[in-house]
Amino acid sequence: MSTIVVLIKQVPDTNAKIAVQGNRVDLSTVKMEMSPYDIFAVETALRHKEATGGTVTALTVGGAGSEKILKDAKAMGVDTIVRVWDDSWSELDSNALQSILKDSIESLGASAVYCGKSAADTGAGSTGPGLAERMGWSNASNIIGAEFGDSVTVSMPVEAGVAKISVPLPAVISCDKGNFKPRKANVKGIMMAKKAQVELMTATAPASTVVVANHSMPAAKPAGKTFEGGSSASQVVQLLRDEANIL
Amino acid sequence: MTNKIVIAELTKGTVNASTAELVSAAQAMGGEVTVVVPCTDSSVANSVASYNGVAKVIAVKSEAFGGNDSSGWASALDSAIPNGTILCLATARSKDVASRLAARRGISIVQDVVSIDGNNLTSPIYSGKANQTVTVSGDAVVSVRANVFPAVGSESSNEVSVVDASGDVKTAVQEVMQRASARLDVSEANIIISGGRGMGSPANFSHLEAVADTIGAAVGASRAAVDTWEEIPHSMQVGQTGKTVNPNLYIAVGISGAIQHLAGMRSSKYIVAINKDADAPIFQHADYGIVATWEEALPVFQNAISNLLA
Ligand SMILES: Cc1cc2nc3c(=O)[nH]c(=O)nc-3n(C[C@H](O)[C@H](O)[C@H](O)COP(=O)(O)OP(=O)(O)OC[C@H]3O[C@@H](n4cnc5c(N)ncnc54)[C@H](O)[C@@H]3O)c2cc1C
Ligand SMILES: Nc1ncnc2c1ncn2[C@@H]1O[C@H](COP(=O)(O)O)[C@@H](O)[C@H]1O
Repeated sequence: MSTIVVLIKQVPDTNAKIAVQGNRVDLSTVKMEMSPYDIFAVETALRHKEATGGTVTALTVGGAGSEKILKDAKAMGVDTIVRVWDDSWSELDSNALQSILKDSIESLGASAVYCGKSAADTGAGSTGPGLAERMGWSNASNIIGAEFGDSVTVSMPVEAGVAKISVPLPAVISCDKGNFKPRKANVKGIMMAKKAQVELMTATAPASTVVVANHSMPAAKPAGKTFEGGSSASQVVQLLRDEANIL
Repeated sequence: MTNKIVIAELTKGTVNASTAELVSAAQAMGGEVTVVVPCTDSSVANSVASYNGVAKVIAVKSEAFGGNDSSGWASALDSAIPNGTILCLATARSKDVASRLAARRGISIVQDVVSIDGNNLTSPIYSGKANQTVTVSGDAVVSVRANVFPAVGSESSNEVSVVDASGDVKTAVQEVMQRASARLDVSEANIIISGGRGMGSPANFSHLEAVADTIGAAVGASRAAVDTWEEIPHSMQVGQTGKTVNPNLYIAVGISGAIQHLAGMRSSKYIVAINKDADAPIFQHADYGIVATWEEALPVFQNAISNLLA
């Protein structure tokens, strides 16, 4: 039976105000949730299972505080939830995180891995393709739809439009907001999730060579100029030429 | 200081002008700069031969670069790229290929860099609500946002060496549904004009298209517009769950300026807002705000631009 793994990460609610304390973003008062694209990854993994059989495991690399999103994934319908952590880890760089994910996925024995196109905190989009390379697998990124068989046929935007691409398994597939709605957890799912056991795993991680020096707030933009009435649009066009040197 | 290798950005088979920005980003990190041009026909590399501040230009020829498979791209590039820190443009495809390259070499990647001070690299995090500066030791792969670093001049004549490479292509394109219109995509444009729910109907987007055609802009949309009107495809959506854009000019029409919309466009160099509500949050981020309905303001805007460009 094939195991499908979906990677999920806990991030601040995208409506949250972000503030810097000292030289780090202060998340102590911020509501945390599953990264938005990961919800599409969970939905796609569940659809894969429904089409071909197998089981879905949701996996996060994070501290004890990140178990809530595993329960949320369980409530949506995944079979198993796994948290990978070692208390010596903090601010993992991409090389360390992907090494941990490779180790974990090898020991779970997955045939397909789904993840978000980018995490709402980093915005990076490195994890899916990087993990695929480490596994020696195929990958597709930023997909907006998928059909499942011996391979997965994904829809993804390319220069010319939207391509249908056949991705041989095993593969790592990163999900954009799809042209479908992710399912909501129902009451039964939420009750089951409450009782669900989180499996704990650990792995070895190389030392990070990219180290966070500091976080800072973006420089405030100087106040702009505001004009009243539609006729002022011609003034703005002139300013775009004279002041902004754009037109 | 290790060598820096710039991967030229290919757009529709030719070298994208932002490649010259990557060279100055590489110079900001220090070391000798080599430019590698992925291509299926090595004459594509000629446009790079004139770049100033470049020690070497290598055209890497591979069939893999005619397709979209990032495994094919990364393996073909890896065979031709010397050791060092690799820089590329932060576009969807290049970020994907760069992630594979970094993983292939067992090094780390830093994405979406907007400021460089030697080994200290700054990128936006939390959708631009904060910045993160990291310190890199040893080689890394770095993707750099377009329109941030100055372009190097082009008065030189570098020699171009050509190497053949083969790529390990793993996926297969079955079909491509062509984009309905020949319009520029928001992720490729230097000027974007976007409409929101305030446009009233999808048919009214034709007024935005008219402006776009005059100034060579792409047309974008807010999520409310995309969700409300079937005719407005998700590919046009700018924001948290749409595209992140970084144009020279962003014109927001009938868009309130919700935090998730700002997440996708706040780093635009200049922002113009047209909105009938003087209290709309978008005005706090606009360089030039016009408090008026689009019905009043757009015809004047269009006219003034036509006169200016005539
Ligand atoms: C998880 C999440 C992700 C999201 N992702 C995105 C995203 O990627 N992109 C995005 O845009 N939103 C996103 N949103 C939605 C976002 O919160 C807003 O709902 C959305 O941006 C509002 O779109 P709007 O400004 O077009 O519509 P509205 O908020 O309805 O604003 C319409 C504006 O038009 C003005 N107006 C009305 N009539 C006229 C007229 N005749 N002339 C001029 N002005 C007029 C009004 O004054 C108003 O300011 C997301 C939300 C969530 C929760
Ligand atoms: N710590 C983590 N644990 C589990 N999955 C992760 C983690 N970090 C990133 N991912 C996955 O990789 C995706 C892309 O993250 P990133 O490369 O940081 O943009 C996320 O949407 C998740 O699916």
